[in-house]
Amino acid sequence: MDRFTLKKLINMISQREISSAELVSTYLDRIKKYDHSLNSFLTLNEESAREQSLIADKVIQAGNYSSLTGIPYASKDIFCTKGIRTTCASKMLENFIPPYDSTIIDRIKSSGAILMGKTNMDEFAMGSSNETSYFGPVQNPWNLERSPGGSSGGSAAAVASGIIPIALGTDTGGSIRQPAAFTGITGLKPTYGRCSRYGMIAFASSLDQAGLLALTAEDISIFLEVMSGFDPLDSTSVEQDVPKYSDLIDSSIEGRTVGIPKEFFNDSLDSESQKLLDQGIAIYEKLGAKIIEISLPNIGYSVPTYYVVASAECSSNLARYDGIRYGYRDDDIEDLDDLYRTNRQIGFGDEVKRRIMTGTYVLSAGYYDAYYLKAQKVRQLISNDFEEAFKKVDLIVGPTTQSPAFKIGEKIDDPVSMYMNDIYTISSNLAGLPALSHPIGLIDNLPIGMQLIAPHFEESRLLNFCNLFQQETDYHMQQPQAFLDVRH
Amino acid sequence: MKWETVIGLEIHVQLACKSKIFSSSSTKYGMSQNTQASLVDLGYPGVLPVLNQQAVIMAIKFGLAVDAEIAEKSIFARKNYFYPDLPKGYQISQYELPIVFNGSIEIPIDNNDMKTIRITRAHLEEDAGKSIHDKFDNATAVDLNRAGTPLLEIVSEPDLSSAEEASTYMQKIHQLVRYLKISDGNMQEGSFRCDANISLKPIGSSKLGTRAEIKNINSFRFVEKAIEYEIERQKDILEEGGSVTQETRLYDSDKNETRSMRSKEEANDYRYFPDPDLLPILVDKELIKEIKIDLPELFEQKVDRYIKDYSIKKADAIEIAKNIDIAEFYEAIISRFKGNPQQAANWFLSDLMGHIKKENISITDSIITPESSAELLQRIADNVVSASMTKIILKQLIETTDSVDEIIEAQGLRQISDIDQIEAIILEVLESYPDQREQYLSGKEQVLGFLIGQVMKKTSGKANPKIVNKILLEQIKK
Repeated sequence: MDRFTLKKLINMISQREISSAELVSTYLDRIKKYDHSLNSFLTLNEESAREQSLIADKVIQAGNYSSLTGIPYASKDIFCTKGIRTTCASKMLENFIPPYDSTIIDRIKSSGAILMGKTNMDEFAMGSSNETSYFGPVQNPWNLERSPGGSSGGSAAAVASGIIPIALGTDTGGSIRQPAAFTGITGLKPTYGRCSRYGMIAFASSLDQAGLLALTAEDISIFLEVMSGFDPLDSTSVEQDVPKYSDLIDSSIEGRTVGIPKEFFNDSLDSESQKLLDQGIAIYEKLGAKIIEISLPNIGYSVPTYYVVASAECSSNLARYDGIRYGYRDDDIEDLDDLYRTNRQIGFGDEVKRRIMTGTYVLSAGYYDAYYLKAQKVRQLISNDFEEAFKKVDLIVGPTTQSPAFKIGEKIDDPVSMYMNDIYTISSNLAGLPALSHPIGLIDNLPIGMQLIAPHFEESRLLNFCNLFQQETDYHMQQPQAFLDVRH
Repeated sequence: MKWETVIGLEIHVQLACKSKIFSSSSTKYGMSQNTQASLVDLGYPGVLPVLNQQAVIMAIKFGLAVDAEIAEKSIFARKNYFYPDLPKGYQISQYELPIVFNGSIEIPIDNNDMKTIRITRAHLEEDAGKSIHDKFDNATAVDLNRAGTPLLEIVSEPDLSSAEEASTYMQKIHQLVRYLKISDGNMQEGSFRCDANISLKPIGSSKLGTRAEIKNINSFRFVEKAIEYEIERQKDILEEGGSVTQETRLYDSDKNETRSMRSKEEANDYRYFPDPDLLPILVDKELIKEIKIDLPELFEQKVDRYIKDYSIKKADAIEIAKNIDIAEFYEAIISRFKGNPQQAANWFLSDLMGHIKKENISITDSIITPESSAELLQRIADNVVSASMTKIILKQLIETTDSVDEIIEAQGLRQISDIDQIEAIILEVLESYPDQREQYLSGKEQVLGFLIGQVMKKTSGKANPKIVNKILLEQIKK
């Protein structure tokens, strides 16, 4: 059993080497056979996927099909899917079946791709290890004792193990890039406003953005074309044309300038990772890029700024979960106060409650100016830093994480250490910038990622750089050994 | 001690948008429970609000009509609190940067004087749903049809100094939003309601007293009564040396009293912050200019025009222009009626408005149309029927589906203007009443009226009175 790229599957379908029904069946078998060791899927869409694959085959036979017709994919369980349980990995939504499709799911459906199931995640996307999931942690296919990262840990583990070719994720502070780095795959968080948030269950509205996890930049470019673009149902989505990303990934980067922020290379980065990063940077140099050192002076405030803004927004976004119209509702309720207290006490996990409390605190009278308002000002300063930097460079390159995947259980009781995990990824969310992580090698058989950050709406530049890197190297094709051992 | 009353009003106006402020559900009133609530109104996971631009335009209209400033950039904020009829756990409102600010409006006070009431701000927000506590045992039901209904909250400065002024101001704003057609102003349906902030201070003192806020008053009469009650209540407390508690109170119209709802200490910390799901409202000067050009004629302008163009009495002009529906009805009559507008106003205010008031309906719901009104007035002006027939015809118009002309024909009401026919009747009358004729000729001229009456009686009132008069004077002397 091979791990196939999306591109490969598209070619196989168009060459009639395989039918959609066979493809869907193969991946369903893989999930059913191997996912018990990963816990990456929460819900399988088996029956509907099989039905859709039969329809797809008819469409393909008729010759009137698009490149994604009949191609299987998975979605993080944060996107509402009509008629398919959408839990956000929370007890609160354990039995929630949305009556509508999120815009992204709808667009992908129109492209012909087939939703195979919903992937595990940190509860309401709050977490960096997938351990806050009500349905249990996801295991990293590279080492089953390790975390695949989070919050899109299920999507990352599923793609890395080859039980799905591509998966949707969301990224509020690094939730696509960090798991991509920990599992040795490629993950893209697009510009804030590039993809519709309608139907994507909100964590922190000003930071959340949908994105993709796949094996290659090329695979991501194919899916991104379908997903992106203005949505009248999301006022924060931007009316700007969507380029044909897959046509732009082969451009030369000769003479392009890459900035290395000196603040990203400090003591918190481990030395082994540093070495791999240097090698990775050297490859970009070899491809013709000019490397210069830059400074992002306020970047050190990213983590505290993020936890104020994200918590504030989540405390309000999650107020709707009261068990009245949907969601967990306890049978034993005394009065109105008790209804809120009990349903939310039992329905939400610890990390979610911790952030709701933090957020409620920073927004409350007397503290608003000192926390929320101050954080918004710092957020602006961080954005300004990037704006200045992009006057000098085309792209910023740095680490995705401080170190390779940590062990499950290692950090879960130390929230601050867990929050520090996102130290390199958070700033692009605060500034709304597109960013990507791609693999650059292994330390002790654990993958390490490199992060690329581009100016607003320059996803094509990220994908172009990454694609050239992946044509030059084969880190992205290294397969998780631990998982293969378990399988055989 | 003598006390001075200080009152500020917050008026909630439901905007006349067809759909809700952040979703496409209908705002139609009186539909069965929870049928006008979309996933957005229900606060489903993942849904997002999209601003209804119509509401923005209506808010700007109001701002321009009260000479306010229109914010180039205003933002929506979330007001966070838990309640079952607030599905998202927050209300989307405007807090720090409202769309309209620094306006003012003139209200009439005693002795034909006018007083300026400053309007601090007017902001857009969504309404909550409705909790129904009395329908089920041990349970509260929630109807979310109203959730997300667009509101404009108009906040005055504490410039009002009596219950009467407060009521006048409320009526003035009501008249204005009806004129601007940004609200139906229907108070029974809750489209227009207010909160009143009331405090007392010693006369001449510059320091404001502690205020109480009376919530959700939905009639002009109640606002007056509630404030009067509240003034007395606070006066009693202060004169006994006590102090007024800052609190929210409810007015009970059945008992005519206000009752405490919650004190300041129990008040929510709403944790306002800018709503990240919505972009700032940006209003450019072009849009303001366009809206300004389209602003309708307002009450004061209408009264002036009626006096100038129609030459009707000022009191009548004011009476007609008071209510935009009535004014438009009257104008629709005038545009069709080729006669004296004052004559039309007389009939309109006495006969037609009498009917409207008696039936207790809105003029727009009346079966009488401007067309039929104009037709009726025209027939009188043209002497087709005599003025004494108008009541009969109006009654028929109300009770049947016949047109004015059909009624005139069917009932044989057409005025007799045929000179020969009238002359014959007059001769008959003079023959029957020789004594009266003698009296007239000997100088007792009042008796002419009696003779005219006899002619009219013989013609069932249909004889043209002018012709009757003329011929009678000729014949009596012969």
